Amino acid sequence: MSCNHDQQRRQFLSRGAALTAAVSIAPGLMLYDFARARPPGEAANPAVRWGMLIDTTQCESGCDACVSACNKENGLSGRTLPTDSQWIRKLELQQEDTGRKISMPMMCQHCAEPPCVDVCPTGASFKRADGIVLVDKHRCIGCRYCMMACPYKARSFVHEPVTDHSGATPRGQGTVESCTLCVHRVDQGVAPACVEACAREGHQAILFGNLNDPKSAIAQRIRSVASVKLRADLNLDPGISFVGI
Amino acid sequence: MQSGWTMIGRMALLLALAGPLAAAVSEPVLDIGQGGKCVDDPKFMRLNHMKLMRHQRDETVRQGIRGGKYSLAGCVDCHASKKNHSVLGTDQNFCQGCHVYAAVKIDCFECHSSEPRRALAGEPPK
Ligand code: SF4
Ligand code: SF4
Repeated sequence: MSCNHDQQRRQFLSRGAALTAAVSIAPGLMLYDFARARPPGEAANPAVRWGMLIDTTQCESGCDACVSACNKENGLSGRTLPTDSQWIRKLELQQEDTGRKISMPMMCQHCAEPPCVDVCPTGASFKRADGIVLVDKHRCIGCRYCMMACPYKARSFVHEPVTDHSGATPRGQGTVESCTLCVHRVDQGVAPACVEACAREGHQAILFGNLNDPKSAIAQRIRSVASVKLRADLNLDPGISFVGI
Repeated sequence: MQSGWTMIGRMALLLALAGPLAAAVSEPVLDIGQGGKCVDDPKFMRLNHMKLMRHQRDETVRQGIRGGKYSLAGCVDCHASKKNHSVLGTDQNFCQGCHVYAAVKIDCFECHSSEPRRALAGEPPK
């Protein structure tokens, strides 16, 4: 496929997304579908690729259920100083010419070609077989190269000693962290905390599932509605796609 | 200054020589918490837990292999003291006590919880 063709396709895709902006997820549609929790002793499956489809038309402005749920799940303070960890943020955007507003959550895009992994000098940043990008904090030296490399500003550095270990994720001073796609839940066959929280609020803006399974709800939806990946021009092939941008 | 150092050196030498003669430090008396049957022979675990846990940790974090028997959370679940629900706190607490005795710094708990999972989940300790 030529470059030019690719660009045209992308423009077409963004326009398509705008056109289908009003299409909502049908009520009762499964938000995520897991084959099962992975049995003990089994490694992450390379045939699976976990991902999300975020429907900005279903995301309510001012709602931060996903952010609070993430903070609670992973033991983050919820503060938003530059020195505080934020794994997921809510963005409120406005298109300059038309004044159209959208609201959406933003987190690690779980790139298939993650630059954070490319630059990591210790092998701490890695992509798991099922596409989840993680930091192995046992190896992280806190150099923060990955934070510079990530075009989505998805990563945070832990500046202070962690005293509250009530979250499900081990966290510690001097290491870098970001959205783990709630890997501890996914491995048990449970959807990420943000997905669950969004559904609990009745919004259904985040669809989670296996992108590689043609029968999964997320794969079907991605086949049937126009969606875009953020900064697709960077060719990082994010696992998160958006509708209505 | 130099003579001071020499004196410290001599004292260290004396102490080193005296060490084997007098059993200076008594073995730690550990609060093993709930205890019960360990995942492996306790003697073997005492010598090898760090290697076993390290091996399993890499497999879990990097390959996503869960449910192995040598998990840090598993140690804590069984061995947190019933007094403070932790493996740390005093020189009787399971991890701290032995590590103080062996003079090996543990940094596990800078990131991991020293409290059992049921305590974190808000359930009453057994
Ligand atoms: S979004 Fe950033 S942190 Fe996440 S995989 Fe891509 S480059 Fe890495
Ligand atoms: S901060 Fe840690 S994860 Fe990021 S590049 Fe440096 S060593 Fe790798």
